[in-house]
Amino acid sequence: MERYWKVLRLFWSTAIAAELEYRLNFLVTALISLGGLAGSLFGLFLFYRTGYEFEGWSWEAALLVLGLFTVLQGFSAMVLIPNLNKIVNQVQQGTLDFVLLKPISSQFWLSTRIISPWGLPDVVFGLVMIGYGGSRLGLGWADYGLAILPLALGAITLYSLWFMLGATSIWFVKIYNVTEVLRGLLEAGRFPIAAYPVAYRAFFTFVVPVAFLTTVPAQTMLGQGGRGWLLASTLLALVLLVVANRFWRFALRFYTSASS
Amino acid sequence: MQKALKVARVMLSVYYAYMVEYRAELVFWVLSGTFPLILMGLWVEAAQGDQFDLSPTDLVRYFLAVFLVRQFTVVWVIWEFEREVVEGRLSPYLLQPVDPAWRHFFSHVSERFARLPFAFLLVGLFLLLYPYAAWWPRLDNLLLGLLAIALAFCLRFLMQYTFALAAFWTERASALEQFWFLLYTFLSGMVAPLSLFPDAVREVVLWTPFPYLIYFPASLLINRPEDVGRGFAAMILWSALFWALNRWLWRRGLRQYSGMGA
Repeated sequence: MERYWKVLRLFWSTAIAAELEYRLNFLVTALISLGGLAGSLFGLFLFYRTGYEFEGWSWEAALLVLGLFTVLQGFSAMVLIPNLNKIVNQVQQGTLDFVLLKPISSQFWLSTRIISPWGLPDVVFGLVMIGYGGSRLGLGWADYGLAILPLALGAITLYSLWFMLGATSIWFVKIYNVTEVLRGLLEAGRFPIAAYPVAYRAFFTFVVPVAFLTTVPAQTMLGQGGRGWLLASTLLALVLLVVANRFWRFALRFYTSASS
Repeated sequence: MQKALKVARVMLSVYYAYMVEYRAELVFWVLSGTFPLILMGLWVEAAQGDQFDLSPTDLVRYFLAVFLVRQFTVVWVIWEFEREVVEGRLSPYLLQPVDPAWRHFFSHVSERFARLPFAFLLVGLFLLLYPYAAWWPRLDNLLLGLLAIALAFCLRFLMQYTFALAAFWTERASALEQFWFLLYTFLSGMVAPLSLFPDAVREVVLWTPFPYLIYFPASLLINRPEDVGRGFAAMILWSALFWALNRWLWRRGLRQYSGMGA
């Protein structure tokens, strides 16, 4: 275990050192996330400006959901995209061989090798939005604290799904864009799940569990979630994590290496 | 002229064959454009209470049309061009007697044909979900709509190719496109029909090129055309502007180009 911490520190310090060579990039990405923020606020405002409300969600409560979405977006830009979207390159070029030979879990290597600081602006803006919405609703630190668990569970769920999709590249090399489909569907998490028609709600709860990524943490923060959702969220995250690991081992049996 | 036609035909068929080879990839690209369909759900639910000017039926039609328009106007030339410049692979293309822009243009056009069946399949699926919204565009609207889609594609291609030329000076030209894409997402009518925008915002947005890329063709397709003359005029003007900028940057850029890695 300790070895893994040490390796992780090394991974991330080298990754950050490498990325900091492109400092101007930081300004650019910060500008892009600021623009994205303005855009999503505008999108939400279009619904609320005539007095319509998503069922049971005031403007401030909807801001919490949008904030949580932005935080998760930052998380995927920092960890998921730079690592998991590269699995396909490893498979295509046969460099996965070297990863498999290392005396360390290959899933760990593939999932944590790089951290990209460019997701930070999104995380910060997301937190600001949560803070703003929360203070308008009179939420206290305890409420925010309660939401950390479901948010972390949501992050685990997201990671597991993404990793499994990345792992399918062992069979189908040229489908690096399958994660784009997931990303497109995740956009639904910008809005509370109650805002969708019934068919959509079922789809985004049971097929692509978007509801557990942003709506459930927001509900917990507002103190209206109920234990059932939290329990379901925990189960989902744990099951997906285990399945992702099993799936990876299964996929590796079909790996035949390339160009070596 | 005859030579140009022949070049076009050959490029189209070559790139079509290439695109059809990667069908699975293509299906995923179609599926990754589901953003308008997600917003369709939100707006249909919101419009149940009659608080907005549009009925749920109108909104289903509108967003299905947006989805189709979006499918036909997807452009990715900047990612390819950036790589070609950074890796120096542009050099051999410069020796050919055809401007490299056409190669990209035709690869995009032929991809449209390969994508067509999947996109219609998805629209059909959503019409099963909302059978009451099925509609046919009137013939004149359909023709004008198709023309508008073609022009919208050309304009979007021109804009992105113009930004791509920044790759001659910087390694991260795609950042420009990322920023532009944000404006495009939120101002083109992809998140909501422009008629639901606040009046002041709409007036400003109509002076930008964005609404003509999505909102204008989509509203033609759903038989609610708005100010057709102005729409086409705006598209042609913006295209001319970007065309001029593009050619100017191209000439300056070639002098700058050092053929890295080649």
